[in-house]
Amino acid sequence: MTAWLDPTLAAGREPSPPAGRGAPPIRADLKLIADMIDPGARVLDVGCGDGSLLAYLVQTKGVDGRGLELSMDGVKFCVNHGLSVIQGDADTDLKDYPSDAFDYVILSQTLQAMRAPREVLLHLVRIGRRAVVSLPNFGNWRIRLWLLVMGRMPITQRLGYQWWNTPNIHLCTLTDFVALCRDVGIRIEDTAILDRFDRVRAHGSGGLANLIAEQAVFLLRRY
Amino acid sequence: MATAQPIPESAAGYDHRPRIRLAVDRPMPLDCGITLRDFPVAYQTYGALNADHSNAVLLCHALTGDQYVIGENPVTGKRGWWEIMVGPGRPIDTDRFFVICANVLGGCMGTIGPMDTDPATGRPYGIHFPVITVGDMVRAQKLLVESLEIEQLFCVIGGSMGGMQVLEWAVSYPEAVFAAVPIATAPRHSAQNIAFGEVGRQAIMADPEWCGGDYVSLGRRPEAGLAVARMAAHITYLSETALHRKFGRNLQDRAAITYGFDADFQVESYLRYQGSAFVDRFDANSYLYITRAMDYFDLAAEHGGVLSRAFLHQGRPTPVRFCVISFSSDWLFPTAVSREIVHGLNAVAANVSFVEVTTDKGHDAFLLDEPELHQVIHGFLDGCAAHRGLPRRRWSPR
Repeated sequence: MTAWLDPTLAAGREPSPPAGRGAPPIRADLKLIADMIDPGARVLDVGCGDGSLLAYLVQTKGVDGRGLELSMDGVKFCVNHGLSVIQGDADTDLKDYPSDAFDYVILSQTLQAMRAPREVLLHLVRIGRRAVVSLPNFGNWRIRLWLLVMGRMPITQRLGYQWWNTPNIHLCTLTDFVALCRDVGIRIEDTAILDRFDRVRAHGSGGLANLIAEQAVFLLRRY
Repeated sequence: MATAQPIPESAAGYDHRPRIRLAVDRPMPLDCGITLRDFPVAYQTYGALNADHSNAVLLCHALTGDQYVIGENPVTGKRGWWEIMVGPGRPIDTDRFFVICANVLGGCMGTIGPMDTDPATGRPYGIHFPVITVGDMVRAQKLLVESLEIEQLFCVIGGSMGGMQVLEWAVSYPEAVFAAVPIATAPRHSAQNIAFGEVGRQAIMADPEWCGGDYVSLGRRPEAGLAVARMAAHITYLSETALHRKFGRNLQDRAAITYGFDADFQVESYLRYQGSAFVDRFDANSYLYITRAMDYFDLAAEHGGVLSRAFLHQGRPTPVRFCVISFSSDWLFPTAVSREIVHGLNAVAANVSFVEVTTDKGHDAFLLDEPELHQVIHGFLDGCAAHRGLPRRRWSPR
C-alpha cells in the first residue's frame, strides 16, 4: 500500500541549473505546457520557480519570456541565469499588469496555493490572450481511496504535505475546475492529463479523466 | 559638436583628463530655463569599444562619487569607488565592455560646476551657477556619449543618485539604452530624503566660511559645515545593524568616558574622520547643487503624476530591459520604493527583473562586497549580451 502512497516531497520546484542548448530535459508536465505555446510568443510565467520552464521556452521556442516568483531565492537564480523575473505575489501583483499584455500567461502547479484562485484565474485570462494552467487533481482515485480507507487527509508524491503545513490551501478536482471556468466565463480550448507515471492520457476532463489524472494542463481564454 | 582640445587646469587644482568640451556649437538647455554652452565634462573610460560600438556601458556615479571607477583616484590617492564590480573578469567586465563614467554636471572633479569661472563675471560661479537637475546631468552625458560615436549604450548602471540617472536615461532616451540597472534608488526623492538633504545644506550655509557661497573667490573654505553635512549623510548610508556591529558603544582609545565633548565613542571618531576626509576632496557648493538635483527628481511628476507613463515610448512599453535591485536593510531608498519602479514598469508590460539583495549593510551595500549583487549583475548583463548579440562569457564568483 505504501508504494503508491509515497510521501516524497515533490511540490516545490527546487533550483537546478536551467538546461543548456540542445534538447534540455524538462519535467513532463512542463513539456505539456510548452507544447501549448506558439513559438516567438510573449509569455509570462507566474510562479516560475527556478525558471526551468521559462528557460526551456526561451531556448526551444524563442519566446519573449518573463517571470513572477514569490521566493527571492528563485528570483535570484533566474536573474543570475539571464531570465527576466521579478519578485512578487500573484495574489496581489497581477492587478498591476495591463490587459492583453502577453500572448500566454502560465500558472503551473500554483493555483491551489493562491489565496484567491478565482480572481487569479480571471487576471490570467485578462493579462494574457490565453492562459495555460496546470494543477494537481484532487479527484484522482488514489486520493479518493486514501480518504475513504484511511479517513485522513491524503498525502501523495505530488501533494506531499501534512494538512497543517501544506501551502496547497485551495485544492480542487478537474470537475471542480471545469465548473469554475464555466461559471466565470472562461473557455477551455484544450486539456491534457498526466497519470502518476507522467504518461499523457486521453484528452478531456470528464469522469474518467477526473479519476486517473494526477495532474492536468488547461489552455484557457476568456469568452 | 564636441572637440577634445585640452583646456586649462580646473579650479580644483587638478587637471582631470580626458576632459571634453560639449555644446560648443549649440547650447544645451537646462531644466531651469538657462542654457549652457561650451562647457567641460571630465570622464574616464575602461576597456575597448568594439567595431560596431555596441558594447558601451555607462556608469552613473552617486552624490559624492566621481569618474574614477577603478585604479587610483588622482585626487584622493585611494582606489576607485567600484573596483569590486568593474574590471577584467569582474561582473562589469572591462575585457568585454567599454565602460564610461563621467563626473556629473555641477560636480567638482573636472566637469563644469560652481567652482568654475563664470565667463560673464570672470569669477567663480559660486551660487550663481544655474540650478541643475538629474535630467540636465543625463543630457550632458548624452552629448558625451554621442561625441564618443555611440548610438546606443549596451547598459546604463548606477546606484543611489546614479540610479536616478539610469532611470532618467531610460525614460528620456529609450532608444539609446539597451538595458538599465537602477540600484538602491527611487523614482523621486521622498520627504525624508529631502529633509536629510536640507540638514546637510543648512550645515554648509551656517558655516561663516561659506561667505554666501563666495568662499572660492575669497580664498576660504566652509570645511566644518561640509564635514557636518557628510557626517549626517553618512549615517543614512548605513543600517543600524551595521553601525552597531562596527562600533557598538565602544570607546575610542580610552578606558572610560571623559565627561566632555571629545570623541569618546568610536562611532563619533569614525564620523569625524569621514567628515574631514570628505572636505579634502569635495566642494561645498557642489554638495548644495547636487543634493538639490536629487530633491527635484520626480519621474512621475514629469508624466502627469503617473510613473508608468514614464515608461511608455510612442505609446508602447519602453524597449529598455530593466534590472531593478534593492537592499533589504536600505532605509534611505528602501525596497518598497524600488517596487514602485517595478510596478510602474509592469503596468506597461515592460521587460523587468527585480531582486532584493539580502544584506544588513544598508544603502552603501551597492559599493561593498555583496556576492548576490555581483551574481545578479553578471547574470543580467550576460542575458542581455545574448539578446544584443554580444559574446557571452562565463563568470564565477570569487
